[in-house]
Amino acid sequence: MTVSSLAALPDQLPDARAVFAGRGLACERGGRRVFQGLSFTVCAGEALVLVGRNGSGKSSLLRLMAGLSRPAQGSLTWNAGDIADDSEAHHGRLHLIGHQDAIKPALTVNENLGFWARYRGAGPCASARIADALRAFALERLAELPARYLSQGQRRRLSLCRLLASPAQLWLLDEPRAGLDRAASTSLDAALAHHRAAGGIAVVVLHAEDHPPEARVLDFDAVKAGG
Amino acid sequence: MLAAIGAIIGRDLRLALRQGLDSLLAVVFFVLACVLFPFGVGPAPETLARIAAGVLWVAALLAALLSLERLFQADYEDGSLDLLALGPAPLPAIAAAKIAAHWLTTSVPLIAAAPVLALILNLPPAAFSSLVLALVLGTPTLSLIGGVGAALVLGARRGGVLLALLVLPLYIPVLIFGVAAVGASQIGLAVQPHLFMLAALLLVALVLAPWAAGAALRQALD
Repeated sequence: MTVSSLAALPDQLPDARAVFAGRGLACERGGRRVFQGLSFTVCAGEALVLVGRNGSGKSSLLRLMAGLSRPAQGSLTWNAGDIADDSEAHHGRLHLIGHQDAIKPALTVNENLGFWARYRGAGPCASARIADALRAFALERLAELPARYLSQGQRRRLSLCRLLASPAQLWLLDEPRAGLDRAASTSLDAALAHHRAAGGIAVVVLHAEDHPPEARVLDFDAVKAGG
Repeated sequence: MLAAIGAIIGRDLRLALRQGLDSLLAVVFFVLACVLFPFGVGPAPETLARIAAGVLWVAALLAALLSLERLFQADYEDGSLDLLALGPAPLPAIAAAKIAAHWLTTSVPLIAAAPVLALILNLPPAAFSSLVLALVLGTPTLSLIGGVGAALVLGARRGGVLLALLVLPLYIPVLIFGVAAVGASQIGLAVQPHLFMLAALLLVALVLAPWAAGAALRQALD
């Protein structure tokens, strides 16, 4: 992986001292308490890895962090300001890669990625960014292919391209390695490293064994036992 | 934010063109429903002329309803709605953009087909212009009200049936004034009052429906 293929990523993100934190969070799904008493802090340049068994609420926490749902208790803050107070600014600074890939089968790879980049206001250099993003995950040869012909792993790579096609400081990734081959996994690691070096924050749901170096780990099983 | 709304409308139009089935289905349904009536009530020209306006409006209304269920469903299922909500456009604007695209892809073809069907149903040519005008003013209201319904039934099982139950009663005012506009021009009365009423309904729907649909989408996302 060469440095040039990550050209889409900025070298320095605007908020170099950002702190993203949650205090005493509780989450309810369908009337059932999924977790409670959960707290975390991540600073600019750090990664937080969420581990835990299935159904322990890792994905639910990502949705809380994104501001898509509200915590039953507790609060989430960005630089000490509650994210619910200015949800538009919070949405603008984050990327969420969930289990669903939001890919339209009838559109080409380029159109799929181009829509999300334009929708998020990628600006005048959007097409160059999109080309860079596709190159970073080795999809440039498939750019004009309708997305319905993509394999599972290629769809995953296309989702990950969204991270590079428009800049954002907070990356929320739900099992980003699912379905990726070794090369794409390496590309993801490089992108994450670059993102953190530029002052970005990443929150990643992963299996315990393959988390990036020097990441903080939030173990949901321990939270459950303690809370 | 305007660029974001334009991007949504552009994407939905492109999707509708690529997978033309949905909008084609609405037009084909509209044509078939209208063509069935002469077989049902008999080919007497004066009978057909009398019921033409009502038949055209009811058929157009049901045709518009046909594709409404999918309005937010596809985006909800593939996760696009989450990402749209995380973008710069607020949920009411997202709802408005998708409703606008829906109107352009389903109702505009219906309006184009309406004069031909009016000919089959023996509607006097003098009433054609008021029919088209009434449809132009009335169908956006149908799409807006339907958009609220589609957002409300998002994620529900058998949402289509529920949607019809929710939305059809609310279509009655548009139906009344739409048919009245055509009827008035058939017997030589002023058409304008009815068109003004349709325009008033459209303005009310324009102001209220995107907010209601946005609130319903918020519920579905949570």
